[in-house]
Amino acid sequence: MSGETVKNAPQSQITLPFSKAWAISMRSIKIRLGRSLITASGIMLGIAFYSSVRTTGLFPSTDVGPEALAAAHRQSWLAIMALLVCFVGITNSMLMSVTERFKEIGTMKCLGALDKFIVTLFFIEAALMGFIASAAGWLVGWLIICILHLFSSGLSAFGGAFWLGSLIQMLECVFIGAGITLIAAIPPAYNAAKMPPAMALRSEI
Amino acid sequence: MASNEYVVRTKGLVKEFHMGDETLRALNGVDLDIKRGEYLSIMGPSGSGKSTLFNAIGGLDKPDAGSVFINDVDMAQLDAKELAYLRCHTIGYIFQTFNLLTAMTALENVTLPTVFAGAPTEEGIERGMEMLNKVGLGHRLHHRPGQLSGGQQQRVAIARALVNTPAIVLADEPTGNLDLKTGEEIIALLRELNKMEGVTIITATHDYKMVDVSDRVVWIRDGKIAKIEERADIKISVGGMEDASGVASHSE
Repeated sequence: MSGETVKNAPQSQITLPFSKAWAISMRSIKIRLGRSLITASGIMLGIAFYSSVRTTGLFPSTDVGPEALAAAHRQSWLAIMALLVCFVGITNSMLMSVTERFKEIGTMKCLGALDKFIVTLFFIEAALMGFIASAAGWLVGWLIICILHLFSSGLSAFGGAFWLGSLIQMLECVFIGAGITLIAAIPPAYNAAKMPPAMALRSEI
Repeated sequence: MASNEYVVRTKGLVKEFHMGDETLRALNGVDLDIKRGEYLSIMGPSGSGKSTLFNAIGGLDKPDAGSVFINDVDMAQLDAKELAYLRCHTIGYIFQTFNLLTAMTALENVTLPTVFAGAPTEEGIERGMEMLNKVGLGHRLHHRPGQLSGGQQQRVAIARALVNTPAIVLADEPTGNLDLKTGEEIIALLRELNKMEGVTIITATHDYKMVDVSDRVVWIRDGKIAKIEERADIKISVGGMEDASGVASHSE
């Protein structure tokens, strides 16, 4: 073992193939399924709230004149509030889920992982979680509002414009949800990867 | 065999920790030469700086002053990629708390360093199984850390540390979380691997069982080397802390 020739010229670490990174990330989500689901439901609930507000806007308002204007304003405010709730909720759950794994990050660095590997692993995990949870969140919000309207005003409101609007809002929700998830997850993972491994290993939650 | 005698050398290592207004000097000028293939124990009470020395030698933390040379390469001169290569190929780490990745099986834990080393999957798995057999866990390949006892987890960690055939294995309190008997088994295993594979083993410990198997013992006190003893001398001065003759005594 120690018999090999002395490497006086330092050699550099190579890259991690994407397929391996993908496998490790999937594994990590699956094994921690309970924990992953809690984090994901945080994302989902935020997006469900936002989605419900947005879906409500797709149905024609029954108000007229100044009241319609007031209703539209209320709608905008609600949407902004919903976005804030999303942002705080998702950031909170992602921060926690990355921070509690600082020790894991430190260990991987000891085993020879580059900072880039670690960020890649967390990127894949966060992107997957953000994508799936946001899509589910959109569906939940959308379904609730649709069912409510089905009971109050029947099928009349479900025209072509509604379906197109729904499709656009679905993309919007997934984009926003996955975006916030990544914004919340990557900086702490990057910081942990950058710090000396000893510090990452010392951190206790 | 490589011609140079020392695999690790440290020169004037200083490390300080800042806690509020207070500055704690955990290492205060440590010069230490570690021979290739030896089993070296760094002993000292908790807070003496041995873990800090361990971290500095392993490139896990940057010293505030002084240098660490691994195979005559100054670690401070390495960039992030070279440092990762060093951690991957030249140094294996063993921790008091095992630090296995809980999401992975024993085999996956042991195989991970080969993934980082860019080895093909089959080769990595083969190496991993071989190492797990060597540490006596060939029958527990697919168990996760939670399903293993402390001693078994530490065996997995040892297999993981050795899978990329490092020149040096650093063990920080490897028996600290184990009962007496399991601790003895782990120490015996480390010694065996040291003899069979020729890997240099450096342990930071306050476990006196470690003294028996060590080629040399470095006593650390208040961030300085109090004395270095060869094994033969330790046997003579049982229970004594006085310097054995013919051994370099480092202090400033």
